[in-house]
This record gives sequence, C-alpha cells and structure tokens, in this order.
Amino acid sequence: MAFEGIGASVRRTEDQRFLSGRGNYTDDINRPGQLYAIIRRSDRPHARIVSIDTKAAAEMPGVVAVYTGTDLQADNVGGLPCGWLIKNKDGTPMAEPPHPVLAVGKVRHVGDPLAVVIAETRQQAKDAAEKLAIEWQDLPSISSTQDAIAPGAALVHDDVEGNVCYDWHLGDKEAVDAAFAKAARVVRLDLTNSRLIPNAMEPRAAIGDFDRATGEHTLFTTSQNPHVIRLLMGAFVLHIPESHLRVVAPDVGGGFGSKIYHYAEEAIVTWAAGKLGRPVKWTAERTESFISDAHGRDHVTTAEMAIDKDGNYLALRVKTLANMGAYLSTFATSIPTYLYATLLAGVYKTPAIYAEVKAVFTNTVPVDAYRGAGRPEAAYLLERLTDVIAHDTGLDRVALRRQNLIPANAFPYQTPVALQYDSGNYQATLESALKAADWNGFPARRAAAAAKGKLRGIGISTYIEACGIAPSAVAGALGARAGLYEAANIRVHPTGSVSVFTGSHSHGQGHETTFAQLVADQLGIPFNQVEIVHGDTEKIPFGMGTYGSRSLAVGGSAMVKAMDKIIAKGKRIAAHLMEASVADIEFKNGSFSVAGTDKSKSFGEIALTAYVPHNYPIDELEPGLEENAFYDPKNFTFPAGCMVAEVEIDRDTGVPSVVSFVAVDDVGRLINPMIVEGQVHGGVAQGIGQALLESATYDVSGQIVTGSFMDYTMPRSDNLPSFKTGNEVTLCTHNPLGVKGCGELGTIGSPPAIVNAVIDALSEYDVRHIDMPLSPQKIWSIVAAGPKRKAAE
Amino acid sequence: MPQVALTVNGKKVTVDVEGRTLLVELLREKLGLTGTHVGCDTSQCGACVIHLDGASVKSCTMLALQAAGRSVTTIEGLAKSDGTLHPMQEMFREHHALQCGFCTPGMVMSAIDLVQSHPEGLSEQQIRHGLEGNLCRCTGYHNIVKAIAAAWPLMHGKTMPAAAE
Ligand code: FES
Ligand code: FES
Repeated sequence: MAFEGIGASVRRTEDQRFLSGRGNYTDDINRPGQLYAIIRRSDRPHARIVSIDTKAAAEMPGVVAVYTGTDLQADNVGGLPCGWLIKNKDGTPMAEPPHPVLAVGKVRHVGDPLAVVIAETRQQAKDAAEKLAIEWQDLPSISSTQDAIAPGAALVHDDVEGNVCYDWHLGDKEAVDAAFAKAARVVRLDLTNSRLIPNAMEPRAAIGDFDRATGEHTLFTTSQNPHVIRLLMGAFVLHIPESHLRVVAPDVGGGFGSKIYHYAEEAIVTWAAGKLGRPVKWTAERTESFISDAHGRDHVTTAEMAIDKDGNYLALRVKTLANMGAYLSTFATSIPTYLYATLLAGVYKTPAIYAEVKAVFTNTVPVDAYRGAGRPEAAYLLERLTDVIAHDTGLDRVALRRQNLIPANAFPYQTPVALQYDSGNYQATLESALKAADWNGFPARRAAAAAKGKLRGIGISTYIEACGIAPSAVAGALGARAGLYEAANIRVHPTGSVSVFTGSHSHGQGHETTFAQLVADQLGIPFNQVEIVHGDTEKIPFGMGTYGSRSLAVGGSAMVKAMDKIIAKGKRIAAHLMEASVADIEFKNGSFSVAGTDKSKSFGEIALTAYVPHNYPIDELEPGLEENAFYDPKNFTFPAGCMVAEVEIDRDTGVPSVVSFVAVDDVGRLINPMIVEGQVHGGVAQGIGQALLESATYDVSGQIVTGSFMDYTMPRSDNLPSFKTGNEVTLCTHNPLGVKGCGELGTIGSPPAIVNAVIDALSEYDVRHIDMPLSPQKIWSIVAAGPKRKAAE
Repeated sequence: MPQVALTVNGKKVTVDVEGRTLLVELLREKLGLTGTHVGCDTSQCGACVIHLDGASVKSCTMLALQAAGRSVTTIEGLAKSDGTLHPMQEMFREHHALQCGFCTPGMVMSAIDLVQSHPEGLSEQQIRHGLEGNLCRCTGYHNIVKAIAAAWPLMHGKTMPAAAE
C-alpha cells in the first residue's frame, strides 16, 4: 500500500464524486412540494421607499405569497447581527445601525433586498416580481470611500453622524512621533486597496424546509460554517432554538470568505417555509451575486515610514479609511482592525507602529472578509512602501528587505502591534525564492525582452499571515462576539473503522482527504477506513467552520485532542485484556503493546472489545469508543514567505503579462503537499487578478459598473502563467501538529509582487506608484507619455 | 406545452418544456442531471458545458427545443458503465485539477473537446487559449493545464508531438 499518512500527496477522496457529476451542491437539492423565491432588489443606490404595491404581483399565476420588510417586522423577525464590536479611540462603541432582512423605510445600495415573491415555479416568481410597483424618493448617495467623510456628505444611516462606523487606533503614537522626529528621512505613500468581488463559481443558494409534525426548521445553504448560521439566525433573527433548527451546508462550490456570513436570503427562505408550510428555494443568479455577496478590501491609506540613513526602519505610521458598505456584514468590522492593523509589522522588525483606522458607511454592497481579509491590505502596503523607499533613496530593494527582516533567532517575537509570532525563518523563504526565480539572472532576461520590444520587470514581496484567529478569551476582550475554537468528534466503530465529525467545513480545500490522512496516520489505520463528516448541524457536535485558513490548525488540532482521548481509553482496555498496567501500554502504528514484551492488540481488536465488552473493565470504564474535543488555540499561527514575479509589457498596447511567478512559503508541517500547492496556485491567481484585472467599480451615481462577468475581469487561464512553488518549514510551536495554514497566503503575497514587477518594468518612465488594477490603459498612458528623466535627488 | 425528444447520455427521452426553457434547465430540473452547473447568466463561465453531437456547447445559451433530435452527453455520461472514468476525468484527479468541483464538469467537457479537436497536439498556450470560455476560481488553472496535457496521449493513444508554439 502506498504511504498515505502525514506528508503524502494522496489523491483526493472527494474527486470521484465531483468528477462524475455526483457532487451535491445546494441548488442540486429539491424538496417535495418546493416553492421558488425571487428577491426583488433595489436598483437605486439610496432612496426612501414611499410605497410597495404588491397586489398585481400577488395576482400573477402561480404566486403563493409576496412579503415585504414590514411583513417580517410585524412577525418580529430581527435584523442581521454583526459579530464583532469595535470600540472607538475614546472607548465608546462603534455605530451599529440596524440591518433589516428586507429593507424597511429606505434602501441603501443597489441590490438591497426589499421584497420576496414566492411561486410554484421560478419563472412564475420572476414574472411576478416584475409586477411589484414601488414608489421611490431618490436620495443623494455616497459611492466612494473618500466621499463618505466629505463635509456635508449624505448620510447612509440617518443617525450615524458623518457616516463613521468607528474611529479606532492601535500602537504607540508617542513612540512613533518621537521616532519620526529624529528620523533621517520619512517616505510617504498614498495608496488604495481596490474593492473586489469574491465570485466563488457556485452562486449562493438557500432552501428553507419546515416539518409541520415536529415544528423543526431545516435550512440548506451554501455556507462555510453552518453552526454559525444556526447560531446567528436562530438566536438573533428568527428566534428558533437550536433544537428546532438544522442547518445543512452540503458540497460548497468555493467561498473565499463570501460564504461565511449570515445573509438575508437564508432567513427569508427559512421564515417563509415556516409560514407557508412548504419548502422554499432561492438560488442567486450571477448578476444578483455581484450586488448581494459581500465584497472585499476597499481601503484608502496613507503610510509613512521613518528610516535612518542606512534604510533601517524606525517607525511606521498608517492612516486608513475602510469602506464597510451600506450595512455591517457579519465580521466586517474586525477586518480592517484586528486582521489588518495587527499585521503591519509584516516580517520586519520595525520597532514602533501606529495605525488609525476609520470605518465608514457608503451606498455600496457590504464589505467583509475576502480571502486574506485585512492581511493582503497590510502586506500590500508594506511591500509597496518598501519598494517606494528603495525608489526614493536609491537603496537596493532586496538589501532593504534583508536588513529589516526579523532575525530567525528572535522567536518568539513580540511585534509593536499586539501579535506575538511563534516561529518563522524569513531569511530562508526570501533567499530560496530569489534563487528559484534566478533573481541575479534577470538583467539578461530583461535585455532579451527589450530586443523583442518588450518591457520586462521583476518584483519581490514578503508577507506574513495570521491564521486561526484565537484565543477566544483574547478575541472576546477585543470585541469578538463568538468563540474561536473548533470541535471534533471521533467515533470508532466496532469494526475499527472511524467516522470523524468536524466543525470545519470544506468549500474546496479537500478536507475529506487531508483530515482522513491525519486521523489514519495518528491511529495507525488505513486511510480508506476513515470517513469525514461535515456540514450538518444535526450530525456535528458544534463548530465555527472554515475561514481564515483555520481548518487544519484549529479543526485538525481538535481531532488530535479527541484522538488522544481515544488512545487513552484504548490503553485502558488493552491493559485489561493483556493484564498489564496502563502505564506500561504503548500505542504505535495502530497497535497497543505492553512495553518490553511481544504482547500486543490491534486497534481493531480494541475497538471490537469496546463494543462487545465481554472481557472488559466494566466497573471502571464505559463501553464504546467515541470522544469529543474542543480545541481553543493559544495563539494565531503565522505562515510567511516570499514571492517573486516577472512581467512583460507590450509597449504598443500596455498589456502586462505575468511570465514567471515563484512562491516560497512556510506553512509549517505539510499534511498533503499536493493540496497545499493547489491552495497556493488558487490564491496567487486571485492575487494576480487583483493586481492586474479585477475591480468592483461604482460610478458617481452609485450604480455598479462591474456587475457581471462581462465587466468584472475574472482571471482566465490565458491571463496566468504556470507557477513555481516551494516550501521552507518551521513548525508552529503551540499546536500539536506544528501546522500553520495555507489558504490565503496566495492572495496576500502576490499583489505586491506583481505591482512591484510592473513598476520595475516601467523604471525608465520613473513611475513611483500605480493603484491596482494595473490595467493596460493605465500602463499604456505612462508608456505613451514617454520616458522621464529622473529628477536629481 | 411543447415536447422535445432527444438522446441524453445514450438514452432517448421525451420531455415537456416551455418554449423558454433552457437546455441546462431541462438537464438539471427535468432529468435530474445536476452534474451540469450554472455559474452565470451571461454565458461566460462555462460551468454548463455539455457535448451536443460530440462538440462542446454552453447549455445555458441554448433552448431545450433547439436540442430536438440531437444527442447530448453530460458529465454523468462520461464514465463507462462499470464506473471506469474517462481519461480526462482520471487526469483531473491525478493532477489535482479541481478543488471545489463546481467548474469541473464544464471544464472536463471543454477539455475533452479541445483534445479531440487537436490531433496534431497541444502546446501549453493552446490549452490556455482553449479554456478561455471556462472560469475556475479555485485552481489558478495550473493543474488543469497539466491534466489536459497529460490526458492528450491517453486519448490519442500516442505520445504528444512537440506542438507548434
Ligand atoms: S452558466 Fe455560465 S456559461 Fe453557462
Ligand atoms: S474547482 Fe472551484 S471553481 Fe474550479
């Protein structure tokens, strides 16, 4: 049998069903007697709802019900809650305006849901939704981040003054001011981090079902974390106790953060199914996804680095305006604070950092975590700033990075922005990436490109990521309204096969494979004897789901804890069977043996004994072999690495193409290297998308300009190169597996590497910075303006 | 309601459809063949690609009635009856060319047509161009390109000639 344990690139278990068309995604499910819901959404960015006349719609063929926000309000349906309370600089709580499931009184962005039509067929519901007669009174709207705080700006929420959700800060302002006062030089950069649309290929969908006999509600939904949805929707929105609410997230077709949040449609179908006593299904059309899935990023930032005469970083000062959109999505408020400002040390030993973050409301789709969430914004800022420092001072950009890296012997390393890095070796990833990319051979490649009439550039970026946000107590003190542990249940069956029930949930990461490898390895049983069960609140004890690259570091650790309990119980059974003392029993490679003897019992024999307890220490030990564990991490994990990109620019068209891309990452121990590599590829592709192609754009009137795949440029296969990846390994010191996480690093490290490469390609034009996406138009206009002579420094 | 008769995965079927019913709706909703997916409403993602008389087609861009008398193959119809996967399916698995699996059926159907229609061989660039109509948000395409290159020799029964760039 091929090695299938920890470290093997085992081919994925889930692929068999996905490849043969037997995946089971939410929209593939149909319930008997099912009705279809179509949501009528606002096409206005900001307007008062004068009236909604539902009569004509209700009379259309097949229509069963039409509901508006007032119907839900009358039935005591609550608003969508926000999961993280941020406090202002002065200690007062953030502004937290209501987020109704269906708009009441006002709509606040294009796509804001305001009515639902439920009919026998989808087409009938669609036809009827068009018959809703809505009388509007348009209001002035805010479509850009900066406009939100302009004097006299329209108010998105009437009682949120100046559109400010919070005004927060982190770090030691005095220390930073003092360092700036004596710095040899200060380098400043203004930049934006563009707004993105996650666009998982599976559109969101939800089916509400209601069992009239038992009064139980079931929600099938495209979710990364069904337990969180059950908790939020049950407790805050629909007031259904956990015992009567089951949430099932079957196969999930990508999420990248966008399927973490509790969305209005989930509450609508669950509530309507209860009202009507029939299942109600809603599936987003892609156009709807563009205006209802949470968007990502959207920061406007000023960053300043104080340096000494040799380029050593003395202090960093950052001021960021973060767009929340029209309402607070579930975890929106934590992203530009605890997942962004806390990462501003990066891999550098900058001794003093001060960040101010102002979060604002605008008439746009709510913004929340999208792959990387806060950490890409921090890495982009640092790595662009580092290249700009090199540009302004004439220092070498690689040397500048080398000299400012946190040394490998400095761990654990306390940053000035609250985090403590447990392990890492940033020199190793940097040097290894430079080597893999043949950094030193670049001039020859540039010359060869020039001979073909192309501009070639090379760019580098380092990054750090914080995964598996934790511990619960610390996060709670900072405003988190949830725990951040993960749960696992390990059920050993009488035959020795094992079912693992995990609160983590795969939306493409291959958990059915990686987790089975982990459990098979630790219990010494064959890989195919392990079944992974996830995505159903009725089967899994509890869970916080999958986000922030936490599943292995937190969910996997919970499994290890549960397995430790299984092994401990197994030892007691084995000791009884072999008439030895428990202390003398060793467990290795799937067998329990008595130390120093040749007596042993296999894992299967112990399992059988536990369920057929004829010869069993029944007075001291319960029969059965099944254990639960909750794991609350002691700290974040800190994957880090270095990426190097090379681009070529066509002078005539300004089209940039990525011709080479290297990523060398430290993700701790690798369980399945093939899957890790796939995660890096996917993340890098999305990062290249942000750097060169993607941007969610609103026009001044508040309409979204990039509202379909025709306008929103998703990376296609011919926009991307093949990637070179590598690993350096330092183990996480505080979880039992030494793992760190790998889901988001691609989107964190790659945008600055690409932008730095493009700016390098344009070096003869002396460009200091261009905001993403680096479209052919932006590049072409620089090339067309002709080379600039460098100003004398 | 009009009726349409066609062959799907080798079986003859006759189904009542509305004039406006799309082929993908017929497959997913009337025949329960949910392996064919819908990822967009502007004919751009390729999640819905099937074979119509052997050629790849976006089933969201066609009315069900237009498929009258034609032969449709979906992802469910690729494997042999004993469960043996098509070489393209096999290579997708071998090279980790799928993550969430949502784009996969369309991707596999497009890839098979691409390989079949290039008996002279395929370069990496040709594969990348050939996949322009299929979006994948998970894999970054790297492993999909590898899988298709690996499937070519299996499907053509010979090693791939060094293709013209
Ligand atoms: S569903 Fe997107 S192209 Fe057919
Ligand atoms: S595997 Fe998820 S979209 Fe391609």
